[in-house]
Formats: sequence, structure tokens, C-alpha cells
Amino acid sequence: MTDRKPVIVARNLDKFFGDFQALKDVSIEVRSGERMVICGPSGSGKSTLLRCFNALESHDAGQLIVDGIELRPDSPDIRQLRQNVGMVFQQFNLFPHLTVLENLMIGPVKVRGMKRAVAEETARKFLERVHIPEQAEKFPAQLSGGQQQRVAIARSLCMEPRVMLFDEPTSALDPEMISEVLEVMVELAQTGMTMVVVTHEMGFARKVADTMVFMDGGEIVESGRPQEVFSAPKTERCRQFLSQILAF
Amino acid sequence: MAALDPNLYGFRPARPMPLHQRILNSTPVAIALYMLVIWLILRGSYIGAERMGYNWQWYQIPRYFFVLNDEGFRWGEIPRGLMITLYLSGLSFLLAIGVGLLVALLRLSDLVVGKGVSIVFLELIRNIPLLVLLYLFYYVLGPIFGWSRLTASVLTLGVFHGALVSEILRAGINAVHVGQWEAAKSIGMSTYQTYRYIVLPQSVRIMLPPMTGEFVHLIKSSAIVSVIAVAELTTVGRNIISHTFMSFEIWFTVAAVYMVLTLTLSICVTYLERKYAVDS
Repeated sequence: MTDRKPVIVARNLDKFFGDFQALKDVSIEVRSGERMVICGPSGSGKSTLLRCFNALESHDAGQLIVDGIELRPDSPDIRQLRQNVGMVFQQFNLFPHLTVLENLMIGPVKVRGMKRAVAEETARKFLERVHIPEQAEKFPAQLSGGQQQRVAIARSLCMEPRVMLFDEPTSALDPEMISEVLEVMVELAQTGMTMVVVTHEMGFARKVADTMVFMDGGEIVESGRPQEVFSAPKTERCRQFLSQILAF
Repeated sequence: MAALDPNLYGFRPARPMPLHQRILNSTPVAIALYMLVIWLILRGSYIGAERMGYNWQWYQIPRYFFVLNDEGFRWGEIPRGLMITLYLSGLSFLLAIGVGLLVALLRLSDLVVGKGVSIVFLELIRNIPLLVLLYLFYYVLGPIFGWSRLTASVLTLGVFHGALVSEILRAGINAVHVGQWEAAKSIGMSTYQTYRYIVLPQSVRIMLPPMTGEFVHLIKSSAIVSVIAVAELTTVGRNIISHTFMSFEIWFTVAAVYMVLTLTLSICVTYLERKYAVDS
């Protein structure tokens, strides 16, 4: 893994919301093909870090290089970069006024300038990949939460990104729908996609993650291979967190 | 399934609504009450007018709508005035939407100057009476820029309602969830593309009811341009009265024409809303 090219490099990132410091001196590297799971208690800065990778939040200090471009706020490169960095949100954020197919096509057609017919073919291919080809003509509100999240994943994939970011993709789902989304994510991991996943699904982490990162209070407290972190957490904070979420 | 036995389960049935309340709440009684009140008002005005010795000439009214004689069919003055009102209101509303969109987007932008300009514009327009604004446009700016009565009217109404429309647009745009912005940005859309393909199409649905209200409001305030003698519905009414002295009949008629117009509009839009209702 270490011989591969880094896709995301963060050095000493700081981020403030008013007086509150959401990220404290965070340094991290994500390499091509790596599957990273970030966990930690709420308010630990894990979502903020993920959103910085996609420039949805701008960092206040430090260096952040994503896909070979050093991010600066308001840079025209940010749009270019976002096309190559897919993002899946906790609340799906599908476009409710467009059908599933249109949700998938709008990015490639309007942003990449792809021909509609080509975009539709791509869209149908990815709907197949997330196992809901039959829902193409429906509106998001007609789908279940799990189906909506799978459409959201397909929407990102249609842009053919180099990295996929997942921000608690199963936290807003009813329990019986979590596995169908995780399954799609596992299959995506098997294709070699670079993934950074903020989640509390430790089963998923065990199964697919190359690197497990534990954050608390805006800092990276611990990181390593999932087996090591799970079986022998080095810090008390990490041990306590794991025992709480693995209690049942 | 059998009804539960009150003795076995220890309950008593809830009391029904008392009879007098049920009667008062019934639809026929409500309609009868409305009819009574309206009849009393009409009757009262009629008796009052009679006491003044007012000479009612309702039979004169139809010829102001249309004339049908040997020469054929001809529209009367009232429909022609109505057409001018519609033309004036339509043009003004288009302008109002243009002005409103510009002001709303400036207000929502990150530009300090943009925000400042839009706030100054809003406060200026909202704190000047419409009539004074019309005089400013017609008597002051009109001669300077060589505007006609109609141009001055359209500009006045467009700018005045543009300020109100901008607030509706701003509310509609803000009502679209921030997640929609983030999703659009995350697939690389520009601000323009996000507005055009994601945010505005969703806002339109939210904004349709208040926008209809605003258009109805604009149609009604277009009556004010009668003070600079633009030949719209209200001016037509005034002109007819000035040579027939039938002020009661004409003002009732003009009021009714405005009502029919605005009610029709509201009903059409309600129908549209139902047709395009999509739950998100």
C-alpha cells in the first residue's frame, strides 16, 4: 500500500468554527486504492475533515493536497477537483425534482458536457451496479432510504471519481436497510476504488478497511490496521470508544 | 368485531356535540347566514341610495361590455380597459421578476457591495408610497428620459413589486435545503448551474402561492396609474362616470371585473399547484 501514490495529503490542518476548533493539527495521507475508515464520537471532527477533502469546508491553516492540487479557498480548481472526488451524504441529498435517472445524468451532462445518450448508458450501468436498475424512472421520494442512498452512491460514481468520500452513509437509515448499502460499498471496495468512510459500522471496517483512524476532539488519536486498533487500542480514549460502540 | 361492553371495561361513551352547536356548524346554516349578511348589506345600500334619490340605470351597463347591432359585434370600453390592465400588469410582473431575481441573488451573494446595493434598494422602495413613486417616475424621471405614460407605469409597478418579489424569491431559495447545494457542488456544479438546475426548479414550487398573491396584488395596484390617465380599467370607469354620472353602477361593475379576474387567476394557479405537487 505504501508504494502507491497518495491521493489525499493533509499536513497540520486546523479548522475553526468561530471560537470552536474543529480540527487540531491533523495530518493524514490517503493512498490510491486505500480504504480508510474514520470513526470517533460525535463532534470529534471526522465529518469536518471529510468535508475539507471535498472543499465543502475550507481549512484555516495547514496544507491540503487532493488529487495533485493544493486546495486554496475560492480557487477555480475546486470545481474541477470536486468532479474527481465523489461524496455520499448522510441525508442522501438526492435532487427531489428529478427522476433517479436524471439525478444520475445531470452531473455528467451539465458538468462534464457528456452527450445525453452516453450519460444515460453510464447511468443505467451504475444503477445496475447498485442493484436497482428497475427504479430508473421513479422520483427519489418514491424510494426507500436504502434505495435512495444507493442512488446517491451511483450518482457519485457516474462522475467516475478517483476517490469516494462517505459521510456516515448508513446513519440515517432504518436498521433493515443498512446492510444493502454496506453491501454496495463492499462491492465498490472490491473494484479497487479509493474510499474514505466516516462510519460507526465496525463490521464494515473490519471487512474492508486497510486503515482505521480514530478521532477525538478534532485530533487523530490513533490510526493503524483495523485488526490492531480493534484488538489492541493504544490509547484509553480509543479503547473506551470501541467498548461503547461494540457493547452490543 | 363486537362493541366493547362499557360495564366490563369500565368506561362511558364520550358525549356527542350539543344539538345547537351541530346546527350552527352545519353547511346549510353557514350558507344561509352569509346570504343574510350579504343581502342586508346590499339592501341597506340600495335603500340608502334610493333615499338620496339615486337613479339606478343598470340597463345601461351591458353596452360598456359589448355592442351588437346592425354593424356587427364590437367590444365595449370595459373589456378594452381590462386588456390594457392585463397588458400593463403582465409587463410589470415580468419586470418585477427580473428586478426581484437580480436583487435576491445580489442579497444572497457573498459580495459585500451586492448585499449593500440590494438592501439600499429594498429599503428605498419599501419606504416610499406607491403613488409617490409613480409621480417620481412620471413627473421627474419621465421628462428626463422621455418615457411615455405606459412606460412610466410599467417601470413604477415593476420596480415597486420587484422589491416585494425579491423577498419571495429569497425566502423560496433559502427554503431549499443546504444539502441540495452541497450535493450539487460535490458533483462539480458552478453556482450558476446549481441555481439553474437544482435550486430554482425546487423554489418555484415553494414560491408559486406567494407569487400568485403578488401578481393579484400587482393587478390591483395597477389601478393607481389611473392618476396619470393610462387608459386601463379604472381610468375607463372614471371616464364613463364623467359623462354618465352612473358612479354606483360603474364602480360596482369595475370592482366585480377585478374580482372575477383575480379569482380566476387564483383558481387556475391552485389547479396548477395540485397538478405539479410532488412530495420531497
